Amino acid sequence: MTQKKSNLSHTRRNILKIGGAAAALPLLGGRAFAQMSKVKAAFVLIGTPDDNGWNFGHDLGRLDMLAALGEENVETTVVTNVAEGPDSERVFRELAQQGNDIIFGTSFGYGDAMLKVAKQFPDVKFEWATGFKTASNLSIYNAKFHEGRAVLGTIAGAMSETGVGAYLGSFPIPEVFMGVNAFHLAAQKQNPDFVTKVVYIGSWFDPAKEADAARALIDQGVDVITQHTDGPAALQVAEERGIIGGFGQGADMSAFAPKAHLTAIIDIWGPYYIKAVKSIMDGNWKEGSSWEGLAAGEVVIGPYNPKIPAEVVAAAEAVRLGIIDESIHPYDGLIVDTEGVVRAEVGDVIDDGEFWAAEAWYAKGIEA
Amino acid sequence: MDLTIAMIITMVGASTPILFAATGELVVEKSGVLNLGIEGMMLCGAVIGFAVTFTTGNPWLGVLAAAAAGAASSMIFAVLTLSLSANQVATGLALTIFGLGFSTLFGQPYTGRPIGLFKSVFPPELATDPILRVIFGYSPLVYFSMIMVGVVWWFLYRTRAGLILRAVGESDTSAHSIGYSVTGVRYGAVAFGGAMAGIAGACFPLILTPQWVEGLTGGRGWIALALVVFASWRPFRLLAGAYLFGLIATMELYAKAAGGPFRILPSELWASLPYLATILVLVMISLRREGSTSAPACLGKPFLPTK
Amino acid sequence: MALLLEKRPNPSRAMVYLTPVVAVVLTMVVGAVIFSFMGFNGIVAVNEIFFTPLLNPLKWQDLAVKSAPLIIIAVGLSIGYRANVWNIGAEGQYIVGGLSATAVALATADMTGWWILPLMGLAGMAGGMAWAFVPAILRVRLNVNEILTSLMLAYVAVELLNYLVFGPWKSPTSFGQPQTIAFSADQSLPYIIPGTIVQLGAPIALLVALIAWLLMSRSIFGFEVRTVGSAPQAARHAGFSTGRTILFALLIGGGLAGLAGMLEVAGPFGRMVPQFPTGYGFTAIIVAFLGRLHPIGIVFAGLVLAITFVGGEVAQTTIQLPNAAVGIFQAMMLFFLLAGDVLTRYRIRFTRTSSSAGGT
Repeated sequence: MTQKKSNLSHTRRNILKIGGAAAALPLLGGRAFAQMSKVKAAFVLIGTPDDNGWNFGHDLGRLDMLAALGEENVETTVVTNVAEGPDSERVFRELAQQGNDIIFGTSFGYGDAMLKVAKQFPDVKFEWATGFKTASNLSIYNAKFHEGRAVLGTIAGAMSETGVGAYLGSFPIPEVFMGVNAFHLAAQKQNPDFVTKVVYIGSWFDPAKEADAARALIDQGVDVITQHTDGPAALQVAEERGIIGGFGQGADMSAFAPKAHLTAIIDIWGPYYIKAVKSIMDGNWKEGSSWEGLAAGEVVIGPYNPKIPAEVVAAAEAVRLGIIDESIHPYDGLIVDTEGVVRAEVGDVIDDGEFWAAEAWYAKGIEA
Repeated sequence: MDLTIAMIITMVGASTPILFAATGELVVEKSGVLNLGIEGMMLCGAVIGFAVTFTTGNPWLGVLAAAAAGAASSMIFAVLTLSLSANQVATGLALTIFGLGFSTLFGQPYTGRPIGLFKSVFPPELATDPILRVIFGYSPLVYFSMIMVGVVWWFLYRTRAGLILRAVGESDTSAHSIGYSVTGVRYGAVAFGGAMAGIAGACFPLILTPQWVEGLTGGRGWIALALVVFASWRPFRLLAGAYLFGLIATMELYAKAAGGPFRILPSELWASLPYLATILVLVMISLRREGSTSAPACLGKPFLPTK
Repeated sequence: MALLLEKRPNPSRAMVYLTPVVAVVLTMVVGAVIFSFMGFNGIVAVNEIFFTPLLNPLKWQDLAVKSAPLIIIAVGLSIGYRANVWNIGAEGQYIVGGLSATAVALATADMTGWWILPLMGLAGMAGGMAWAFVPAILRVRLNVNEILTSLMLAYVAVELLNYLVFGPWKSPTSFGQPQTIAFSADQSLPYIIPGTIVQLGAPIALLVALIAWLLMSRSIFGFEVRTVGSAPQAARHAGFSTGRTILFALLIGGGLAGLAGMLEVAGPFGRMVPQFPTGYGFTAIIVAFLGRLHPIGIVFAGLVLAITFVGGEVAQTTIQLPNAAVGIFQAMMLFFLLAGDVLTRYRIRFTRTSSSAGGT
């Protein structure tokens, strides 16, 4: 399908769009007509932007987008702490009724609600982060965090003295176990005997339990720890115990653990948000699925802690650059899982997408 | 051996906030009042304790402020239930909702800012040997929580004031007719419970995970409530129960980190254990039908002086 | 001079109706002042939270959807509360009701037929009753405090839910995410007003309130419940079985919470997910009190709470009022109501002799 350039001006397109929405919903208030020169974009967050993690990253992306496209052209609304399920459906509908042109839902659990509301508001565009199903006015976008995990794994494998690392997660969902595998496989390239202990705390949010899990892991020989939960709880324990270190998740968390913070996987949503909102301005938004990583700059590795030896930094950079130029793949063979099944032969790679349909499995050397 | 000691240390840390909150609630319930707002008071204490520690850099002040915040929030409950004889269950739940909302609003500027842990005050040489570490390796708050259990026991069973408090909880009308101020005693008990819950909240940013985020206490207030029942309203059983609950929680994590047979138990089962155990204890208490260890007779019932 | 409360022989009728209204109005006033001090436009905040959902017809469907489960659960709870039994674990009964309905849905995944939905409703009620049966039987047989047992079981229910959706019930087609398969048309509630999101839950809520009203005011059972609650001695003299009344009151509460769980999972959720526990079981306790433990009052109270939820979201999108503000508004409302409640049951008298007041 070729992309048809819309020759409608931005203003006229909006008039048409609002006209359409108003016709469909005679009860829509006058509010939408007041600001027709601006594109209205809304962001629905599962937490608050000051979490230093997932929500922070999305809000930073929004601010980048505002800066790039100009506040005179775009108006944004952020709704925080929106529970997944029917409560979110109400929020999405409210935002659509308020005349937003594009609405970003930044959690997997918003999917059912977004798909429903998208059907009711065919003129509003929806963007579902970490989703898996599109519609004519609903796109999905995600980032390949596991590519960053491979860089962290390289550092962990090279620096760990005990040869035991840890991965702390909330629940075993694909995004988490593909990160576990990427981390572990990269670490094993540095240290073939590397062991990764995985602990799922069984709760979406419980910083005190995260901290205790980190203590339990460190007490059992772990000296490098990474976590797939928002917040710095595990890093702070790493700092307190003086182990080799840990990594920031979602954002740079070095303020919480200046010594233990080796580096961080930073989510950069700005470029995607600029692209999406720009396409609304230009009138050429289309249904799609975006899954970018290190190469597109959606996943960025933070500054390396000065205590990391130069050769380790070099190895980490080699992996990072290798993934960018596609000479290295996070899942290249030989990969054998804990049951002894060969998941990828030498020379083969496992396509990242395969994890989404798979039951959790772990590469040899992972204790999950 | 070293691992056992390490686990004990983690377990003691995890148990401390529950122990504080439950010690306070025990006194409240002994006076015949059921305050379900522990979680809300804990959150008030946690956020104020964090804010004061962050601003002054002094964790002792933080603990003090947390106690004051917990006690202050408990006064909302006290005025409504004791002076205005409102329903205690509903008021306690409203207090929890209030505490969650208040702490979230108040804490917004403090989210994402680190503080230091409230560390042991003993010289570090004492904590080098593992055996010594298990004795001297804790934050002052940990020792304080243990001392408070002793203090509460001594107060309840060895002082006149404690006797009056128990009398008020067992039979408010007789206590009143002898000439004690039932409402006054209960005000004191609720304030003490609030202060203890406030300190319990402060344990989170001060000894467990030195940060503030909304909902930091993660529902531990309800476990504290269960613990009071589990301990059948006895201070030293409370101490044992707190460490048992802490052990259940930490054992799960240590078992998962170790691998091996324990991992096949679903974590949901581990998480349910304290609640199931509490129900079991309630049943056992009832089966024994001994008045001495069961709930205070006036628990949850409003009292109004008639003349 | 001192303040003394004197029990009224009968609750003041006027105060029963007046206090909820006063509580809501006071919440608006005090809320406006507090949020103005915090740097928000307090008047606008109150307007957005309390009036926008009422005045904007687009929001009415949201109010219907949000209030239905609150009303159903609160009506059930109020019957127990009238009998002086304090089930505060409706959240758990709601969850287990939803799980039982889901079990039926999963078992009938490849089937069609009108009978599936009613079967899910029955399963939901049975599940809620089963979860309430534990505190009920322990209370009746062993005199175990139902406040504590019902609450403990609520937390166990959350763990049970997590276990099922992460384990045996996980959908094979949801990309590893913890959720069951989506319910089919025959397993989902029909929409009753075309073009809206209002499903069968809303009329059922009204029906439940109506039946409960008749039950409580017209039947022997209603009389027994009220007598057991207000004058247990008299109930014994009259030959009522206190235990049976308590048992039924708790089972009705559990059954209705379970029904609400079924209506939610087969309605707005459309499948079982870990986010299913939305705190309705706890919020319903506020609703029950705000509605004066009366089925019709509860309908209004459910709407008021739904207004604060829906309005809170409006205020968040229009004036960036933090989400936590809604909690503060709800807590305040309940505080004022409970404080005002004293006037319905007691007369306030001022006495001159301070020595005789407040004890001693």
